[in-house]
Amino acid sequence: MRYFSSLLIAVIVLSFCAAALAQGRAYQLGTTPSEEEIKARDIAISPDGKELPPGSGTAKEGATLFAQKCAACHGPNGNGGGLTRGIVPLGNAKPVKIPFSLVPYATTVWDFINRAMPQSKPGSLTTDEVYAATAYVLYRNDIIKETDVLDAKSLPKVRMPNRDNFVPVQPGWKPGQKRPFGYYP
Amino acid sequence: MASHSDRRRFLKRGGALASFVIGTVRSLRGQTPAREAVLKDNLAYGQPSPFDNTIRRTLGQATAISDTALTTPLQDLDGIITPSGLHFLMDHVKGVPDIDPKQHRLLIHGMVDHPLNYTMDELKRLPSVSRIYFLECNANNRPLRGQNGESVQNVHGRTSCSEWTGVLLSVLLNECGVQKEASWIVAEGSDANKYTMSIPLAKAMDDILVAYAQNGEAVRPQQGYPVRLVVPGWEAIRSVKWLSRIKVVDQPYMAWHESGNNADTIPNGKGLWYRFEVGPNSVITRPSGGQRLPGRGFYEITGLAWTGGGAVTKVEVSVDGGRSYKEAELQQPVHRFAHTRFRFPWTWNGEEAVLQSRSTDERGEVQPTIAEAAKNLGVSPDYFYQADHFNGVQPWKVNRDGSIQNALFL
Repeated sequence: MRYFSSLLIAVIVLSFCAAALAQGRAYQLGTTPSEEEIKARDIAISPDGKELPPGSGTAKEGATLFAQKCAACHGPNGNGGGLTRGIVPLGNAKPVKIPFSLVPYATTVWDFINRAMPQSKPGSLTTDEVYAATAYVLYRNDIIKETDVLDAKSLPKVRMPNRDNFVPVQPGWKPGQKRPFGYYP
Repeated sequence: MASHSDRRRFLKRGGALASFVIGTVRSLRGQTPAREAVLKDNLAYGQPSPFDNTIRRTLGQATAISDTALTTPLQDLDGIITPSGLHFLMDHVKGVPDIDPKQHRLLIHGMVDHPLNYTMDELKRLPSVSRIYFLECNANNRPLRGQNGESVQNVHGRTSCSEWTGVLLSVLLNECGVQKEASWIVAEGSDANKYTMSIPLAKAMDDILVAYAQNGEAVRPQQGYPVRLVVPGWEAIRSVKWLSRIKVVDQPYMAWHESGNNADTIPNGKGLWYRFEVGPNSVITRPSGGQRLPGRGFYEITGLAWTGGGAVTKVEVSVDGGRSYKEAELQQPVHRFAHTRFRFPWTWNGEEAVLQSRSTDERGEVQPTIAEAAKNLGVSPDYFYQADHFNGVQPWKVNRDGSIQNALFL
C-alpha cells in the first residue's frame, strides 16, 4: 500500500513535469538549434557588451586597416566619399563631432561595423579588426586616445558624448497611451 | 519630338490592344520562344488594361534600389489596399537579398526556455491570421521633400496598406517559453547589413505578425520575402524584413538603424527617442498637388487617414484652408491600424480654394497643423523641412486655372 502510494505520487509528479515541459510547446514544430549554431548567429551586442567576443584593437591599428579596407568608400581621411552619414560624418570637409552623431553607446558602433562593414563584404572583418576600426572611428571623433586598447572589457565603458541626450517627446510616455495634442509621436 | 513619341506610344498601345482583340492563340504564333513565354505568362497572371497601365512608383534619378525611395502613387489608387507591386520601399540595407525559402530559417533564442529554429514550411503549419495594416516610414510626409514637394506621392508616398497573413509573434514566443526577466526582443533580417531593431516585449506579445503573405500572395522580395515582421501602427522601421532571428532580451540594444540614423535632433541638442507609434494622419489624395481640375462643377474629394492609435474615428475636410471643417464619410468597415478611405462631396465654383483634411483617432488624438506642431515642440515651422516623424495637416491650393499646388508654405 505504501509502495503503491509512492508510485502514485511518482506518477503524478512525473505527469506534472511532463505538462510543465510541454507548456509552451503546444504545436511541437520547429527544431532545437545547437549551442554552436546559436553562438554563430548571435551577433547582436547589448550596451553592456556581454556578448562581445575576445580580441582587441587600437586606433593606430585601425588607421592601417582603414587605409586598406575602408578608405575606398569613406575617403582617405574619412572625410567623405560615397557615404554621407556615420559616426565620422563623412560628407563633411572634416569630421564633425557629436551632436551630429546621436549614438548612445560605443557597442552600437562595434556591432554595426561587425555586421555591415565593409559594404563590399559585410561580416568579413576579424574580431581584432572590428575592435581596431571601432577604435579608429572613436579616436577620429576625439572620444578615445590613439593608443587606448579596446576590448570586451573597455569598449562598453567608453562614454559616448551623447549618452544622456536621448529624450522621449513626453517624459514617461508608454506605447498605447494618449499623447498630448501635437506630440505625435 | 513629343508628338512623335506620343504617336509611338499610341501605336504600341494599339498593337497590344489588337493582340487582345484578335485572340491570344494566334498572337502567340511566330514569336521567339522567350517572347512566347512572356505572352503565355501574361495569360497565366493577369495584367492591367493597356489603356491603364502607367501607374508606377516614382524612381526619381535612381537606377538601382540602394539609397532611394520608391513611393506609392496614392493619387492614382482607390479603396484602402495598396497593390503589392506599388508598396513603398525605402532601402536601408543596400539592396534586396535573394533568399531561397527552403534554406531560410527563423531562429528564436535568448531569454527563452526552449530556443527554436523554424523552416518556412513549419511556420506555415502554425495557426495563422490575416489582418489589414498600414506600414508608414517615419520619414513620410516631410514637407516639401527635396525641392519638389508638389505631389501627394512625393510627400506622402511612404505609406502603404496591405492584407498581411502570418503567425502572431506571440504564438512563436509562447512556443519558446519567454522567461520572466525578459522585456525586449531584438529582431534581425538576413539582408547584407543584418538590419536590426529592438522592440518592447509587450508589443511583441500583443499584435505583431510574422507575415509570409501580402494581399493573398507570398510577400514580395522587396517587402521581405520569405517572411517579415509587421508591427501594427508603429513606424515601419521596426517591421524588420527578411526576418531570420529574434533574440529575447532584457533591454533595448540600440542598433545602428534605431539610434544615430533614426533620432531627430531638437534645438536644445537632445535627440527625440522611442517614438514608436505614428501620429494621427490624413491627406487628400484627389484632387491633389500637380493635378489640374478641367473646369468648375462637382468633384468628389477623397483621401486616406491612418493612425498608430488604432482606428480612425473621424476625418474632417476643409475647402477654405482650415477656417471651417465638415465631417467626411469613412469607407466601412474601418480597420484598426489600416488606411481608412474618406470621401467628401464638393462643387468647385472656379475660385481659389484650399483643400485639407484632419483626422481624429479612437483615443482622441487629433492631427495638428504644422503651426500647432511647431508651437508644441518650440520650433519654427521650417524645422519640419528636415525632420522626420511629421504628421501635420496637408493643404492643397486650387488656383483659378484649376492647377493644384502644395500650400504648406504658401
